Amino acid sequence: MNLKLKALTKSLWVFHLCIGGSCNNCDIEILDLLTPRYDVERFGIMLVGSIRHADVLLITGSLSRKAAPRAKRLYEQMPKPGVVVAVGSCALGRGIFKDGYNTPCPLDELIPVDLYIPGCPPKPEAIIDGIVKLIKKVSGGE
Amino acid sequence: MVKLFFSYLIFPGFLFSTVIGLIAGWIDRKVTARIQWRVGPPWYQNFVDLLKLMTKETILPQGNKVTFLFAPLIGLISVTLVATILGRVLVNPAESFLGDLIVILYLLIIPPIAIILGASSSGNPLASTGASREMKLVLAYELPFILSIIVVIIKSAGTIQIGSILNHQTNFGSNLLSWSGIIAFIVAIFCMQAKLGFVPFDVTEAEQEIMAGTLIEYSGLPLAIFKLTKAILVYTMPIFLIILFGAKDLSLLWLIGKYIAFLVLIILIKNTSPRARIDQAIRFFWGPITALAAIAVILALLGK
Repeated sequence: MNLKLKALTKSLWVFHLCIGGSCNNCDIEILDLLTPRYDVERFGIMLVGSIRHADVLLITGSLSRKAAPRAKRLYEQMPKPGVVVAVGSCALGRGIFKDGYNTPCPLDELIPVDLYIPGCPPKPEAIIDGIVKLIKKVSGGE
Repeated sequence: MVKLFFSYLIFPGFLFSTVIGLIAGWIDRKVTARIQWRVGPPWYQNFVDLLKLMTKETILPQGNKVTFLFAPLIGLISVTLVATILGRVLVNPAESFLGDLIVILYLLIIPPIAIILGASSSGNPLASTGASREMKLVLAYELPFILSIIVVIIKSAGTIQIGSILNHQTNFGSNLLSWSGIIAFIVAIFCMQAKLGFVPFDVTEAEQEIMAGTLIEYSGLPLAIFKLTKAILVYTMPIFLIILFGAKDLSLLWLIGKYIAFLVLIILIKNTSPRARIDQAIRFFWGPITALAAIAVILALLGK
């Protein structure tokens, strides 16, 4: 594993984006990751305020018509190399909003998604498991 | 010449202060984590963060690109110069030159100016909000900060040379151990908190309201340089205040002990206070803090 990749995987800065229709429960589960019980700052994972600082674009909620162009712009503004993580059933396949008039397409038809974490909402353990798998895949491990 | 470059780039200067600053940043994160009953990151976390930022893509906004890219460098160069001057004085007080206190005061204002320059040249509305807040904050804390340093000058028999301030304290005891000294020290701690952009006065980078504010458009290497500037500032500011106020015994062990105690004090203030709005911060600095500083100056003139 080269140094560049190692530095990237050891310090993931996360920009959290909620696109449109969602019940915010996934957002609450994500905030759980930062609490003393799970404490992902142990692994260098931090929430940042601006997309320009981020390595991970973390998306929750089902993609709405209004949010689609904004999500696309945010993805384009993220400094590469970076990954997109979709959390929750809504972000994966629109969830219960599948037939909604204002949710035109699933997220991965708009921007490439690197990691899907299913669940409604996914448990914090599931999110950590997903991140570990992604890091292993990126660094060419198992 | 070689010696000058060595001291600027390696020993008390760039490399040394980078390492100390990043480790101080780790102490900050670790103590914060322990206060919040978490485990906190490993000791090399800030080095990894910096390395990662240096390898990332740099996105240039529309606006003045030259100023945008040069602003972080200006800040880094000046703060490294401060670290060099202070480090050389600590190693050998005789190397101090006349008026280096004034030089350091000027150099310490340059990093905020660099942040203001960079933020304004990015053309982002949130960044310009941050820049205007930074400007107001600088105007607010500079007055009491300079008053508290005037107290030190008065107490050290009117010298503006750091070496002789050190010698004076070695002979007559720390400036801290007097009424005017302790009041000026409290004032200086608050001003330092604002200079470092730590919590009661972090309105310029308020992540929850203006999304990293002044740094919002920065990514990759320029952001890394800004983080580095801040890390070196976390190393130099407490050292500066230790030299000014508590320099009775500056053997290596005492210096490290004082520095860490001081750092933890700053972190505790940071973690136990809410964020002040910019108008509250200005009122705070121009009201009670300036009044305290003025009282300290009067006490120092009376010889207390």
